[in-house]
Amino acid sequence: MSIKRNPKLAVWKFASCDGCQLSLLDCEDELLSVVNKIDIAYFLEVSRNVVRGPYDISLVEGSITTQHDAERIQKIRKSSKLLITIGACATAGGIQSLRNFKDVKEFISLIYAKPHYIETLDKSTPIASHVRVDFELQGCPINKRQLLEVFSAYLNERKPNTPPHSVCIECKRRETVCVMVSQGIPCLGPVTHAGCNAICPSYCRGCYGCYGPMETPNTASLSSRFSQLGMKEENLVCSFRSFNAYSEPFRKESEAHMTEKAEVRIQKPKYEN
Amino acid sequence: MKSRTIKVDYLARVEGEGALYVKIKDNTVVDIKFKIFEPPRFFEAFLRGRIFNEAPDITARICGICPIAYQMSSVHAMEDAFGVTVDGQLRALRRLIYCGEWIESHALHIYMLHAPDFLGYPDAIQMAKDHPDIVQRGLQLKKAGNEVVALLGGREIHPINVRVGGFYKVPSKQELSSLAEKLKWARDAALETVRWTATLPFPDFEQDYEFVALRHPEEYPFNEGRLVSNKGLDISVYEYDNHFIEEHVQHSNALHSVHKGHSSYFVGPLARYNLNFDKLSPLAQETARSVGLSDVCRNPFQSIIIRSVEVLYACDEALRIVEQYEKPDKPAIKIQPHAAVGYGCTEAPRGILYHRYRIDDEGVILDAKIVPPTSQNQKTIENDLWQFITQHVKLSNDQLTLQCEQAIRNYDPCISCATHFLKLKIDRV
Repeated sequence: MSIKRNPKLAVWKFASCDGCQLSLLDCEDELLSVVNKIDIAYFLEVSRNVVRGPYDISLVEGSITTQHDAERIQKIRKSSKLLITIGACATAGGIQSLRNFKDVKEFISLIYAKPHYIETLDKSTPIASHVRVDFELQGCPINKRQLLEVFSAYLNERKPNTPPHSVCIECKRRETVCVMVSQGIPCLGPVTHAGCNAICPSYCRGCYGCYGPMETPNTASLSSRFSQLGMKEENLVCSFRSFNAYSEPFRKESEAHMTEKAEVRIQKPKYEN
Repeated sequence: MKSRTIKVDYLARVEGEGALYVKIKDNTVVDIKFKIFEPPRFFEAFLRGRIFNEAPDITARICGICPIAYQMSSVHAMEDAFGVTVDGQLRALRRLIYCGEWIESHALHIYMLHAPDFLGYPDAIQMAKDHPDIVQRGLQLKKAGNEVVALLGGREIHPINVRVGGFYKVPSKQELSSLAEKLKWARDAALETVRWTATLPFPDFEQDYEFVALRHPEEYPFNEGRLVSNKGLDISVYEYDNHFIEEHVQHSNALHSVHKGHSSYFVGPLARYNLNFDKLSPLAQETARSVGLSDVCRNPFQSIIIRSVEVLYACDEALRIVEQYEKPDKPAIKIQPHAAVGYGCTEAPRGILYHRYRIDDEGVILDAKIVPPTSQNQKTIENDLWQFITQHVKLSNDQLTLQCEQAIRNYDPCISCATHFLKLKIDRV
């Protein structure tokens, strides 16, 4: 009789803030139990030990922004049985996808004195634009409880339970009074994917969409509500253009409000240094 | 002629992506490059055209390990621009959430990233097999810090409750008191951490650094103070751009900062400690002295003890704030934006973090400048490696590689921040 070996886990990083991989280390009470069931084979933020692939599970954080990374993700896909993307950068391109709406060369020259030293692609793109992804965990950052659910589901050979409904349902469950209805505070909750447990409204502020779009969001209807509440078109563009700016529903909604004034302010700000 | 290269393509146990390349010829170091190849993300560029109150949420995303630092530097810069001072209990709550981040970030580095180097393990998980109680203590200490951040900020990573002018919602006295018990445990654990880290083996390595940190007349610095150094610098935050410049070098996607007329400088826990020892709490001072530290420490390998002293201080300070807390009438001061330039510099866990914004009459950001601690330390790290390898050039490549990595981790470099870092390669020709 053979002893069943632990699955091999690899954690990969692309353009990102490290926050989503940190979520695993933030499971202070569960971390040592997790590593009893799953072997960490490649996780540079935690260990200098590197076990060669193939890997049973690859968690991928970050978006693709360089040619080198575009090639690296192909190799990672080939050496991974299951590839799971974690966070808004990996699933939607992240905050750095704001470059996709502008001229990246102008960006580089604003920050770096010698732009020719910098290698970067014109667009920041999610992992699924490059390789097949088996499961996506949304959020900026991801919820560590949902990450543990992904591991637990894997170990028990079932599908992770991460409901695709909106943040509104989470507010109802925790009995938070609607901030938009009761206080007129613009809130992206109605179009945003659940998973955070509706933190912002419970702190008296509107949801700012860091978990990205829910399934089939009605963004146009929410925009007209925001307009009624007095939000200017250019700020409507900003509302949909943050950590999940390049996800299709949010991108299209932001483009629908790109007036000339918004264009001048957000798209082509020209200021002397 | 005998030459060799030491090369680490992807440095481990640092935040972000970096590499090291060292070239040695006839036992003399001829080239060192501490490379940051984390892809650039262009935050300063896409802050242009956004509204001032978006800055804390957007800049937090520069770093998942120290988002509070970005939120604090940005809100203070905006408040400076609009002539607003946040004081009383709101100010105290900001110190408290920063204490939480120092505890969480320092505990992560001490136990998970740095200690394995001293004890000869590839990581804390292997270390936990022989030292389960130590690793468990580290994790619980980290958790205590995270609980402070989550209570005040809504969650540990990219908290949502910090705003220009204060907070969206402030806790009741009772809610905040719930932290006291865990913080008392954490203070004891931090004391044990100082005693434990002081027993680790340290190489003899002292350099004549210029340490730069904030200094405040009454307290150990978090959000306010003048920028001072042990070599005569004493300026207000407004004068930062006149004294520090960023240089762009080919091997790095992070800009190197230098102090004009002085060259490289050193920011972070060692700098803060050396310039502010007298402002530590009596317990933190006594504990530091009891393990043989004086009020100055110039050995960057001992930064692990200094970080532990700072965790002890942060627990002490957090408890003081929790005990003296009274819920303020309003969660935030009202902000009326107008055209202005605002400056903010706060003490991130890794050192000073500078923000500057120019705003128009409608509150739109016209331009932004952000200088994170790791890019300020980058040149000092390269200098350390140069000195260290020169002293230990006869070690085997494997041993030298390990110790170079350790020397880099002394700075707890956050590469994700610095590009808004690490491969090690040693070339012996």
